[in-house]
Amino acid sequence: MEGSSYQIDLGNLMAYDSNHHFQSVPSSRVELVKHCLEKGTEMVQAIADSLFSLPSTESRDGPVVKLPAPTTKLPREKHLPKPKPPTKWETFAKMKGIKKRKKNKRVWDEQTSSWKRTHGYDRANDDRDIPILDAKSTDEVGVDPFAKRNAEKKERVKKQEKNRLDNLKKAAKAGALPSHIQLAATALPITGTKKDVPKKASKDELESVAGMAATSTASGGKFDKKLPGEKPPKHSGKHRKFLPVVEGKGIGSKEKQQTEKILNQLLSKSSHEILDVNKAVTMFNVKKEKQRKRDKDANPGKSGKLKPNKKSFKKTSTKKKN
Amino acid sequence: MQIRAPKTKRAKRELDKRAPKLVENVKKTLILHGTKTSGVLNSVLTELYHLKRDNAVKFSKKNENIKPFESGGETSLEFFSHKTDCSLFAFGSHSKKRPNNLVLGRTYDHHIYDLVEVGVENFRSIESFEYDKKLAPKIGSKPFFAFIGEEFESVDELKHLKEVLLDFFRGEVVENLNLTGVDRVFVCTALSSKTVLLMHCALRLKKSGTSIPRMELVEVGPSMDLVVRRHRLPSESLLKEAMKTPDQAKKIKNVTSDVIQGRTGRIYIPDQKVGDMPLSNNIKGLKRERREAKQKKESKKRKTESE
Repeated sequence: MEGSSYQIDLGNLMAYDSNHHFQSVPSSRVELVKHCLEKGTEMVQAIADSLFSLPSTESRDGPVVKLPAPTTKLPREKHLPKPKPPTKWETFAKMKGIKKRKKNKRVWDEQTSSWKRTHGYDRANDDRDIPILDAKSTDEVGVDPFAKRNAEKKERVKKQEKNRLDNLKKAAKAGALPSHIQLAATALPITGTKKDVPKKASKDELESVAGMAATSTASGGKFDKKLPGEKPPKHSGKHRKFLPVVEGKGIGSKEKQQTEKILNQLLSKSSHEILDVNKAVTMFNVKKEKQRKRDKDANPGKSGKLKPNKKSFKKTSTKKKN
Repeated sequence: MQIRAPKTKRAKRELDKRAPKLVENVKKTLILHGTKTSGVLNSVLTELYHLKRDNAVKFSKKNENIKPFESGGETSLEFFSHKTDCSLFAFGSHSKKRPNNLVLGRTYDHHIYDLVEVGVENFRSIESFEYDKKLAPKIGSKPFFAFIGEEFESVDELKHLKEVLLDFFRGEVVENLNLTGVDRVFVCTALSSKTVLLMHCALRLKKSGTSIPRMELVEVGPSMDLVVRRHRLPSESLLKEAMKTPDQAKKIKNVTSDVIQGRTGRIYIPDQKVGDMPLSNNIKGLKRERREAKQKKESKKRKTESE
């Protein structure tokens, strides 16, 4: 057994004996095990020889040696990370020679005369914090400059989001999408428009569905057995409104209003008036005026005032009753 | 298209842990079984799990649609591998044709890379060994390996099995090793061209005259005979891709760093033979001369034309 050199891979703490083979496998298990243990001990001793002769440093827990890299190659578990393609800004900056500048975390804010952070909540020199905007000669009359600024900001944000998506798509095409990001296709059916996409039910909607279905029962779902975890349905629909017991100063006469409203409704229902007197009078006056005007137009020459009363003196026209 | 990014920093960290890296994490093992298992196989799987406690996941449900060697039966395995982020798996099943069957496999990018099917015989569990409990190897310690037998080189199946066993029990690839923490060894002996005896022993370091301690092996762990039944090697292209190492950092020539001057490089200018250089016509100083020469020419022309 001596004299056989083993192939030792220190990086893996492995020893391989290529010169050994069983002429005849020992018949009893115990002997076989003993034989293997012996061989194993020799090989482990050989590894330990080379291991302990490595230069060691003393650490808190004991001597530490620096292992060499393993010689037996084993396959990786995942592919090598691919380099990310440069983003649109990066290519532009490279072309123009623009270099990154270090920004401070806090910047002086003129408005509040204090140090505020550069980005994020309550930042310095925020567009929205300016209270007064001077009107320029180029401004139109009816345009709200603050609304305009907000709209511009929204546009810029949208553009930035679009650019970010494009950069990620480019990276995904090159196989170098950042590990924590996924690109998901917003589902559109093959035929039809966006309106045909069935809208996903929200969590609240799903929670209230059971309650809605329960109201169709005879008792309005009040005595339905509830599953564990099912929340009682929230109050939906009108309930009676009770007036406050004690009326404060500012509330006024709510009760009066309430009764007045009810009374008016009742009276209007029970009144049999088909005729609105005032309206009828005005209509009649208007009609009369129109008629007079028409007659004047038809007989233009005669003035109405100097006309004698044209009464018929014939007695035959009137019938006298005896 | 929509961008889906994690909403919490913790989720982002977890996703980054699973991302492909230059220097990879420890390979995790997935231990599961099929519809029918035997008592022996059950204990094999549990002991395997105990040996690899830190980085192993054990499923307890039966999986009837996993058939690693068939083309359709791998999808479930790949899905589990993806979900649990495990690149090694041990699948146990028992049938009349293949009793006590154990399939050891590896994945690359969560797709099956290679498989080795072994039958377990003469299994002895950890409980059947008597030893001093103080010697028990600790979980996560880096093991020694001893492969005995020329068959590991000559026979294809055993060569493959050797690689797979090494991958399975290797643990983390470390640069610094604490010498007091070595306490286990896997002894694999090739009994024939198809059988390997796997033994797990604890190491006892005894005082010897020199600084190198004397090793003593005490059998502690499971011991079993592995009979290789089938195996599937990876395809050439897959093998090539999986064995790729990251590019060694190229040495940049002609750059030196100086403490005072910083990063410096040398510019070598070739010899400018000033005497041989042709004179340029585009000298600003000649402008007036040229202008006058032109005027003279034109006046000459006019004279000749008028004549």
